[in-house]
Amino acid sequence: MSGTAALSVEGACVALGGRSVLREVTFGLEPGEFCALIGSNGSGKTTLLRAILGFLPLAAGRIRLNGVVGAPGPIGYVPQKIALDPALPLRARDVVTLGLDGARLGLSWPSKARRIEVDRMLRAVGADGFAEQRIGLLSGGQQQRVLVAHALVRRPKLLLLDEPLANLDVRSSAEIVALLRRLSREYGAAVLLSAHDMNPLLSAMDRIVYLANGAAVAGRPEEVVRTEVLSSLYGYHVDVVRVHGRVVVVAAEAGEQIHEAVARDPVHTASVP
Amino acid sequence: MSILLSAIEFLHNEPVRVALIVGGGAALVCAVVGVATVMQRQSFAGHALADVSSAGGSAAYLLGLNPLLGFLGLAAAAAGVLEWSEIREARERDLLTGVVLGAGLGLAALLLYFAATVRNASGAALTVLFGSMFTIPATIVPLALAVTVVALTVSALVHRPLLVSAVSVDLARAQGIRVRAVSLAHALALALAVALAAMTVGAILSTALLIGPAAAALRVARRPAAAVALAAAIGLGATWGGIILAYESFYWTPGRGWPVSFFIVALVFAAYLTAGVLATHGPRRAAAHPSGCEAH
Repeated sequence: MSGTAALSVEGACVALGGRSVLREVTFGLEPGEFCALIGSNGSGKTTLLRAILGFLPLAAGRIRLNGVVGAPGPIGYVPQKIALDPALPLRARDVVTLGLDGARLGLSWPSKARRIEVDRMLRAVGADGFAEQRIGLLSGGQQQRVLVAHALVRRPKLLLLDEPLANLDVRSSAEIVALLRRLSREYGAAVLLSAHDMNPLLSAMDRIVYLANGAAVAGRPEEVVRTEVLSSLYGYHVDVVRVHGRVVVVAAEAGEQIHEAVARDPVHTASVP
Repeated sequence: MSILLSAIEFLHNEPVRVALIVGGGAALVCAVVGVATVMQRQSFAGHALADVSSAGGSAAYLLGLNPLLGFLGLAAAAAGVLEWSEIREARERDLLTGVVLGAGLGLAALLLYFAATVRNASGAALTVLFGSMFTIPATIVPLALAVTVVALTVSALVHRPLLVSAVSVDLARAQGIRVRAVSLAHALALALAVALAAMTVGAILSTALLIGPAAAALRVARRPAAAVALAAAIGLGATWGGIILAYESFYWTPGRGWPVSFFIVALVFAAYLTAGVLATHGPRRAAAHPSGCEAH
């Protein structure tokens, strides 16, 4: 590890409405690293991303961006499930332009430099073919590309994506993952991407943060995705099974020792058959 | 020649000039604020502000004050209540909006009753609720112009952050936009627009001027700037066209002419229908999604 970490989360605890949602989460990301944030629904993935963005206060611990607490540079962010209204008169190009100067006050005048920057970004995410179309009329995969361009156009050192692969078909998922992997290297941006299934990310991820019931283990995938590590995280025995090049985490017995949240969803990272 | 003469006569008529200025300002502000309001899905809140503002207009009649001040005061107060309530969930916000709207109209009913019984101003109800452009006093013009300028300035200032918020509030926050401040600024502009519209076509019909041109423009425009320009054109066209038609109707209707508000709202409605036809049969849309849109 060299230089300043793009992100360092140190013993972060978050409580919502008096309930502890994240407990002592610790991990770090270097510039250009691609990290998967894996966990089932309700495990605290969105909460962690929102805490990093500064939307939620920490009950304990700290989060540093580029080595600094509380004074973040730009963070690229692709929120979960944005319902893009087809009636919104915004073209893909306009959305990316707003990523560049959307926080500015006052009228916007045409600018050649801005247009060149936006064109470059649209090409980088492969959105140049539908740049002039309304964002609300694009497919899910196309919208994700535009939102990634929106997030990256200010060249942030950290890009957070909340379940970007949900609602995407297998091919679009693979394309988005490959795109993010490439862009994180090209732009030197650390990528933290949440998902409930790690399988589409296996080939891309440098690191993994695995969340269960508000606690996390983090590290290289081969260090984390192991029977003894995940069993210790869950607090009961789970098996990490590798089958046909896929990873499946299976609770050994759906018996009385299994946590309520898990009982509803015993197979955590299994892909949908 | 006779058309020219009647045009000169038309423009030399002071009530007509006042109507053109106040109505023009209202139409412009409504177009700009209306597009943002429709995009934020706050049309219902806009209508509620208008209904509440009718109580202010009524109070102004009762007290003999500048009616625009009355409309402004209560529209701004209602916008403040809705904004500070901090309700983000759509259903709950609609409920609160509906209740506030009812309370405002109820208050207006009482004040208009007093106006009719105590001050003998029985025409106040019609003027406050449905507008009466040719009876707007000329003394209102400076205030109306000031309100127009302030509303346009505020809208221009926050238009980009507001667009990001329309895409996603979380996206806006992640970009460092102070969403609450932007939303408050928009609520202020909305209150100003509603007050101007209430002055022009009456409190009840002001929604038509606020939402109608914007909704029509958003059906066909592909970009925010184009939507605002088109909404402004529709709003100005309908307002000035309505004034001309109402003025002319002195000659071709039995009695003393038909109300301006009727003509304005009818023109706005026609524009909305036309935009709908253009949107479904226009060349652009057809190319944008080639058939089978309803298949799934």
